[in-house]
Parts: sequence; C-alpha cells; structure tokens
Amino acid sequence: MAHHIENDFQQTAEIPKPQTKAIWRTFFILVGLTALEFLFAFTMDAGTARNAIFIILTIFKAFYIVAEFMHLKHEAKSLIWSIIIPLALVVWLMVALLAEGSYYYESITNYFK
Amino acid sequence: MSTSTTLEAPKSGTWDGGNEPMKASYGKLMMWFFLLSDAFTFGAFLIVYGLTRHAHTPYTGEAEAFTFSTEWWPIPEKVFNAFPGFHGVDLPLAFVALMTMILIFSSVTMVLAVEAGHRMDKKDVEKWLLWTILFGATFLACQAWEWTHFIVGTDEGMLLPDGTTYHGASMAFNQYGPPLFANLFFFITGFHGFHVFIGWTLLIVAFISTVNGVYHKRGHYEMVEKIGLYWHFVDLVWVFVFTFFYLI
Repeated sequence: MAHHIENDFQQTAEIPKPQTKAIWRTFFILVGLTALEFLFAFTMDAGTARNAIFIILTIFKAFYIVAEFMHLKHEAKSLIWSIIIPLALVVWLMVALLAEGSYYYESITNYFK
Repeated sequence: MSTSTTLEAPKSGTWDGGNEPMKASYGKLMMWFFLLSDAFTFGAFLIVYGLTRHAHTPYTGEAEAFTFSTEWWPIPEKVFNAFPGFHGVDLPLAFVALMTMILIFSSVTMVLAVEAGHRMDKKDVEKWLLWTILFGATFLACQAWEWTHFIVGTDEGMLLPDGTTYHGASMAFNQYGPPLFANLFFFITGFHGFHVFIGWTLLIVAFISTVNGVYHKRGHYEMVEKIGLYWHFVDLVWVFVFTFFYLI
C-alpha cells in the first residue's frame, strides 16, 4: 500500500529551502521590546509616563505578532480593515469604563464622607 | 409570447460571487472573525480590570514600604515575585518573564511549522509542531505553578485587624489586596490558560494528522496555518495580559 501514484508529484519534487529570515527578525524584535519593558519596569518610577511607555511598546509587539506571525500585513486590504476597524469598539469601551471607574471612586470617597 | 431570449451579461464585480474577494479560504476567514470576537471577550476582561482598578484606592506610598492590605490595590511586582526553587527570595516579575519568553518561543516554532507547511516539508512540520507542543506544555506547567503559589500564599501573608494572619487567595478573600484583585487574576489568566490548553490540544491533533500524512495527501497544510493563527492570537493576548496585569 502507500505507493499510490496520485498526488505523488509533491513527494518526488524537491523540497525548497526554508525562508526563515523574516521570522527570526520578528522574533528578535519581540524579545528586544520585552527586554525594554523590563528595563523600564526596574529603572523608572511607576506613573503615567511609565504606563504610556508600556502601552506603546505593547502596541508595537502586537503589531509585529499580527502583521508578521499572523501574516495580516500580506493579506487583502479588505480583510485587514475588516479586522482592524471593529477593534475601535474596544477602544471606546476602554475609555468609557475607565472614566466610569474613576467616577465611581470619586463618588465613594467624596460624596459619603 | 416571447420568442427571443435576452442573454444577461454575467456579473463579474468583486462582490458578485464566484471568487474570493479577500483572497483567503473560508476556513481562514472564519478563524479571523472568530479571533476578532475573542479579542472582544479578552478586551472586556482587561477593561473590567482597568475599571476595577480605577474604582479602588491606589497605593501612593514608597514602593519599598509596601505592605499587603485590602485598603489599596497591590503593586503587581510585589505580588508576582516568587520563582520555583527560590523560596522567600524577592525576584519581581522574573517568573512571568520566563513565561513570556516561553510563549514567544512557541510562537516562533509555530510560524516555522506554517512555513514548512507551505513548502510541503512533512519532516519540518512535524519537528516544529513538536517544539510548539513542548513550549505550550511548559507554559501550562508554569501557569499551574503560578496559580498554586498564588492560592497557597506567602509565609508573611496579610495581618488582619483581629491579630490573625491570612495566607493565599480564594474567590472570597486574599492576602494581596481587595477581593476583586484575586477574582480578576483567576478569571483573566484562567481564561487565557484555557485558550492555551485548547490550542495545545489542537496542536496535538495536527501533529498526529501530519504524522499520518493527512495534510500531505490533501495537498496543503492549511489546517496547520489555521491553528497557527489561533496560537499566535493566544500569544497576542498574553502580551496584553502581561502589560496590563503584571507591568502597570
């Protein structure tokens, strides 16, 4: 058995050499960005500035994972936008609920004194 | 009575059917839209974490003088500072750094498996899938240790007003801070760990199918690609959990 002729063109054909340069480049970028995050975590005092740096670095990491590893950068334009645009709703929810949390905190600390 | 038939010219626009406007197969498209919906779920979890944190008193004192209290939200690097084999040693974020590296490595081996699939290189797909399964299992083991440590607690624990000490965490109370802190830890990292477990199971199925030559006979390794999309998404979620739960 297992000596079928159909589809055998792939078995007999020469397997091309791996093209992994871009993959390892993305890997080193991700490791570098993570190392940078740890550097800031231990050398900088906590605060809005440090949080902003963390969020920016996170967005960069997310970009490299989605664009290169998930290959979205090389897909059709309509697919890229179908994935990106709905995520604006997440940003909206974030802004709305963070404001809500701050308002709640203000209320319980100041209004019921 | 009409005797002549008029031939309508076939529609040939992008969205008139008969082609793939997004140049991706049905399975891959559905995986993308599932991942989009999953991003909403994880986004909601992390946003609720942000809401809860804004609704609690922040710790404003010196980081060195920090103690666990239900009065304020804990500093994450004071909670996650344990490492297996280094009992009682203060190693802030060291273990979570290791977990992050393991997941990044597993992402690379996954994308290498997908690349090998494009070249119809069965041996390479097997090799890289096996590495990904190994890293995935290591990550899950790390998370099991982290949960165990979080639940059992530290030697110091939290000193309660009645003079007793509380160790560890449950859904009702925890030694690290307000009850919601532990609840959100369990829900967010637990939901992520559950995703890793699902992905890990899918990888094992894909590995068995690859060894049996299922994809080779099919003529393409698209299943590995779709599982790869899911696996990378799980890594992506960890990037956000890492920032918003452990760093900020």
